[in-house]
Amino acid sequence: MGIIQVSQVKSPWIMHFCNSSCNGCDIEVLACLTPLYDVERFGLVNMGNPKHADVLVVTGPVNYRTARVLKNLYDQIPDPKMVIAVGACAATGGVFHNCYNILGGVDKVLPVDVYVPGCAARPEAIIDGVVLALQKLSKAVGVAK
Amino acid sequence: MNPVWIVIIAIVVAPFIGGLLAGIDRKVTARLQGRYGPPLLQPFYDFFKLLGKSKIATSRTQYVWIISYLVFMVTCLVFLVLQLDLLLLVFLLGFAGVSFALAGFSTKSPYSHFGANRELLQILSYEPILLLAALGVYAQVGSFNISEIFKQQTPLLTSLWPIFIALLVVLTIKMRKSPFDIATSHHGHQELVKGIMTEISGPYYALVTLTEWYELVLVLGIISLFWANPLWVGILIAFAAFILELFVDNINARMTGGWMVRFCWAIAIVFCVLNILYLYFINMKGVL
Repeated sequence: MGIIQVSQVKSPWIMHFCNSSCNGCDIEVLACLTPLYDVERFGLVNMGNPKHADVLVVTGPVNYRTARVLKNLYDQIPDPKMVIAVGACAATGGVFHNCYNILGGVDKVLPVDVYVPGCAARPEAIIDGVVLALQKLSKAVGVAK
Repeated sequence: MNPVWIVIIAIVVAPFIGGLLAGIDRKVTARLQGRYGPPLLQPFYDFFKLLGKSKIATSRTQYVWIISYLVFMVTCLVFLVLQLDLLLLVFLLGFAGVSFALAGFSTKSPYSHFGANRELLQILSYEPILLLAALGVYAQVGSFNISEIFKQQTPLLTSLWPIFIALLVVLTIKMRKSPFDIATSHHGHQELVKGIMTEISGPYYALVTLTEWYELVLVLGIISLFWANPLWVGILIAFAAFILELFVDNINARMTGGWMVRFCWAIAIVFCVLNILYLYFINMKGVL
């Protein structure tokens, strides 16, 4: 357990990607950054650039158009990285399940670490999800709490 | 004390001061925005996390320029702590800035190029002010050597206060704060993605962060020269200038690059030139 591993748990920079969601979950993700919830107190910063991100927060069901974009973004994130699927659609496809253009949940394309349920997922639930992801990361890098 | 020890202590201690100042920056900014804010040591966590990320390169040339940015910045700091030539320090600082812009130009990303172009505009804005500030110090002290400044009994601030105000503008540009945060946008606004930083990731991002801490300490050090005797007053003035920048950052929107160049050339440079002309005529009268 070195200083780098400790820092990895304390400084997750998130990048937020919207597949084909109704934007309900996107608004809740951004609500986490507002003064009411202020996730920056855990070191979270919302990045617009996959090359600087550690955690990929995905909302909405994957369709055939966004699947390759999502894969591309995931590949651009340097290791170690986590994926959080936010909302019912990102988990299974939700109300869009079995539509002709929908592949399904995010796990059809990427290895998902944490699923945050809800339609739309509440900001508290999203923060819980990020904390869960960090616990998972800390176990993975050997700084288990 | 042995100059080698001074250099080693400066190189080791400066990043800690810079990182702590960056932590204060994030905490104060959060409080001004009604948020709780990250821990004070958050910049260090970010730094070490970035060191542990895998390297993803789109251009290897970029690495050379980022390392030269760091090396030139450290050299500038060495010039300051050894109290060497102020004029040479200003030119080295320009070299460091150009290295960073070239790091942005060495990739093919259009966002990186936008950022690099804007970085060049920033250099165009602050470099003349720094040069004129060095000239102003020469007009007052009679030497470009920083060690001569420390021998002055009256502080430079009394006669060079217009240049001091112009240097505050340089501090805002160098800290990349609003209204001059045009080369690398902060994470809040992403229309430039991350400007010149777009293609810089992982450990090299950490190196750029480290260089920015050196840069912050360097510019604050130059500001503290304006009350060099006793130095602790100068350091307090520099810290006050730093806190002032945080307020300026939070009450301002970002301006365009053209506005920044016009502002610097029409106001800050005029301040410097008037200051130098005034000193020139005063000194002429003294001679006659």
